[in-house]
Amino acid sequence: MGVGADELRGQVREFLATRDPATMDRLEFLRARFDAGLAWVHYPAGLGGQGLSRSLQQVVDAEFATAGAPTNNPRRIGIGLGMAAPTILAFGTDEQRRRWLRPLWTGEEVWCQLFSEPGAGSDLASLATRAVRSTDGGSWAVTGQKVWTSAAHRARRALLLARSDPDLPKHQGMTYFSLDITAPGVEVRPLRQLTGEAEFNEVFLTDATIPDADRIGAVGEGWRVATGTLMNERVSIGGGIAVLREGGMIGSAARTWRERPELRTPGLHDTLLRLWAAAEVARLAGVRLRQQLAAGHPGPEGSAAKLVFARLNQEISGFEVELTGADGLRYGDWTMRRPDATDFYGRDAGYRYLRARGNSIEGGTSEILRNIIAERVLGLPPETRADVGVPWKDLPR
Amino acid sequence: MSQTAEPDVAAGHILDLLYSEHETDLRAAVRALLEDRCTWPDVLARTETIEPYDTGLWRVLGADLGCAGLLVPEEHGGAGASYREAAVVAEELGRAVAPVPYLGSAVVATTAVLSAADANLLAVLGDGSVTAALAVPFASAPGARPAVTVRLGAPDPAGTSGAYRLTGSVSCVADALPADVLLVPADGVPFGLYEVSAGDAGVFRAPVTSLDSTRQLADIGFDNASGQLVASGEAAERAIAAALTAGAAVLAAEQLGVAERCLDMTVAYVKERHQFARPVGSFQALKHRLADIWVLVTQARAASRYAAACLAAGDPDSPVAVALAKAACSDAAVSAAQECVQLHGGIGFTWEHPAHLYLKRAKSSSIGFGTPDWHRGSLAGLADLPAATASRAR
Repeated sequence: MGVGADELRGQVREFLATRDPATMDRLEFLRARFDAGLAWVHYPAGLGGQGLSRSLQQVVDAEFATAGAPTNNPRRIGIGLGMAAPTILAFGTDEQRRRWLRPLWTGEEVWCQLFSEPGAGSDLASLATRAVRSTDGGSWAVTGQKVWTSAAHRARRALLLARSDPDLPKHQGMTYFSLDITAPGVEVRPLRQLTGEAEFNEVFLTDATIPDADRIGAVGEGWRVATGTLMNERVSIGGGIAVLREGGMIGSAARTWRERPELRTPGLHDTLLRLWAAAEVARLAGVRLRQQLAAGHPGPEGSAAKLVFARLNQEISGFEVELTGADGLRYGDWTMRRPDATDFYGRDAGYRYLRARGNSIEGGTSEILRNIIAERVLGLPPETRADVGVPWKDLPR
Repeated sequence: MSQTAEPDVAAGHILDLLYSEHETDLRAAVRALLEDRCTWPDVLARTETIEPYDTGLWRVLGADLGCAGLLVPEEHGGAGASYREAAVVAEELGRAVAPVPYLGSAVVATTAVLSAADANLLAVLGDGSVTAALAVPFASAPGARPAVTVRLGAPDPAGTSGAYRLTGSVSCVADALPADVLLVPADGVPFGLYEVSAGDAGVFRAPVTSLDSTRQLADIGFDNASGQLVASGEAAERAIAAALTAGAAVLAAEQLGVAERCLDMTVAYVKERHQFARPVGSFQALKHRLADIWVLVTQARAASRYAAACLAAGDPDSPVAVALAKAACSDAAVSAAQECVQLHGGIGFTWEHPAHLYLKRAKSSSIGFGTPDWHRGSLAGLADLPAATASRAR
C-alpha cells in the first residue's frame, strides 16, 4: 500500500489548487475528480480510484467537503453507487467499466434495478421476463413486467435480470443485462404505495432491444451476477443504521419524549427505555460491522443488521404514534408525491410508521433473511424443495 | 444531524469493537484448557459434590495461565492487561459454565483493590496466590450502593492502626466459598472496605442452595471478625462502585459466551436429530427461531465489546455501555438457553443433558450485578429519558 492518508490529502489539495469548486461547472468538477482517481479510492486506477483501502475514502471525502466542493449527491444515485457499480466492476468487461462507471459516479446517468416481478418476489429466480436473442446474436428483445423499481422515472440505465432459456431449471436460464431505460418498448409507471406517495415504479418491457454488448456476464450466468448485486444491496441497507447515537428513528422518539412531558406514562417509559437500548445496541453492531469491513473481514452480520433495522424502525415508529396520542390521529399529506429517496424525517410519526412497514419486505423479506441466516450462516439443512432440476417452463405458477 | 445528549456519544466510532490478535490467542489458550479440564459432564458431576468450585482448574487458569492477574499492572506482578482481555476470558468461561471464581476474584475483588490501590493485596491477587471476593450480594447493581449489613465494633485490641472488629451478615455472595480473603463493606466510623481473612475464627460461610449450582453462592456471617481497613469513606464507595461496574460488564461477556454455546449446541443437535424422516433443523419454524438467536448474539457481542472497550479506555460513556451490555447479553443468554432446552425437546428437559446448566447460569447471571430491567432503567438518567411525573403515573 503505497498511498496513505496524508498523501491522499496532498493529492486533493493539489487537485483543488487548479480547480475552484466555487466557480467551476459542477459536472466538469466531478468528472475531473473521477479522472484524478479521487472518486472512490478503493476502485482501480483509471476507473475513478487508486486501488486503495476502502477506509481511506473518508479522508478524501472530508477534504473535499472542507473545501466546499460539490458532491455527486450520493443519496440520489444510491442504487448506482451501492449496487450497479460493484456489479459492473466485478462482472463487466473493461469496455463496460470504462463506458458506465464515470457517468454513474458523477450522477449523469442514474441507475435503477429491474429484478422483482409481480410473480417473482421472494422467489426471484422464478422470474418470467423473457430475453430472446436475435438470430445474428447481436441483440436481445426483452418482454415482461418488473415492479418495485425505485428511481426508474429518473434513471438512464437499469440492471436487468431476464430469462434467456425457459427450458433450463430456474437458476440456470437467466442472463443479466444493462438496459437503456429510454429505449423504445420501455414504459415506466408510478407505483403508489400505502404512504400515499410513489417512490417506486412498475416497468413494462415490450420487445425492448438490448445490444449484446450490454450483457453483463455470460449467457445463463445471470443468477450468479444477481447474487453479487443483492449482497451489495443488503450491505447498503444494513449500513443504513445510524452512525451517531440517536441518529435513527429513536432520536425523533426521544426528542418528542423530552419536549412533551405531558405525554409520558410509566408504560410508555418502559417501552422507550427498551427501544432506546435496542437501538443503541443495533447502532454499535453497525459500527462493529463497518470495522469488520474496514479490516477486510466482512462477516455475515449484515443480514442481522437489516433484520434488526426493520424491526426497530417498525417498533419505534409505532411507539411514537402512540406517544403522540391525539396528534397521532393526523396524517401530513396523502398527495402522490415522487420523492428522490426514502426520507423518514421531516415528516410526522404516522408517515414513519407506515413507511417502516416496507423495511421488512424490501431488499429481502425478514422471513427470507432468516432462511438465509439459518442455511448459510448456521449451516442448517435446506427446506425440501419442489423446484430443483425442473425446467422453469414446467414449474407450477 | 442527530441531536445528542452528550458530546462523547460518537465514541463507538473510535473504540475498537473487534477482537485483537492477542485477545484471540488468549481465547484459544483458555478454550484449550477448558476443553481438556472442564467438560460439561465434569461440571455436572461437581454440582452434586461438597466442592462446587473446581479449585484445581482455578489454580491452572488463574495462576499458571495468568488469568487471575489479568487486570493487575505488571509492576504489581500481574499481566497488565485490560477489561478487553478480561472479557474474552469470561466469554470462554461462560461457554464452559466453568465453576471457577474468576469473576468474583480476578474481576470484582481485583477492581476494588485496584481502585483502593492496595499494593500488598494487588501482589497476591496478581500472581494468583490469593483468591478474594467482595462481600456484597450477587444481585447488587452498579450505581446503587449495596445495603451494608456489617457494622464495626471496637477497634481490634490486639491490632495495629487500621484494624477493626466486624459483625453482621451478607447473603448470596458469589465466589465467596473458595475465597481466601473477603473484602467487606462495613458501616461505622469510618465507613469502609475491610480486608477479612476467610479463615478468621469470626467468619462463617454457609453454602446457599443456588439456582445456578455452577456458581454456588454463600451466606456469610461475621461475629467480631478481625478486619483491616483497605479504603474508607468516598474511596471505599468508589472502589465498590468500580467493582460492581466491572462485574456487570464482565458478567455480560460471560453471558455472551453462554448464549453462543447454547446456539452452537442447538444448531448441532437439530442437524442430527431426525423426525418425520428429516433433520428437524430443516423445518422453517426451527430455523427462524435459531436465526433470531443468532441475531441476538451478534447484537449482544457488539454491546459487550463496547462495554469492555469503554472500561479499558476509561471512557466517560462507560455507565451507558455497561447498562446496554448487561441488558443485551442477559436477554440473549436467557433466550438462547431457553431455546436450547425447547429445541432439544425431551432430552433438553433431562438432568443428564447440559442444557439446564446453561439455563440456570443464564437466568441467575441475568440477576447478578443488576437485572436487565434495572440496567435499562438506569438509562433514564444516563440518556436523559425521564420517567413520567407522578400526576401522570397510574
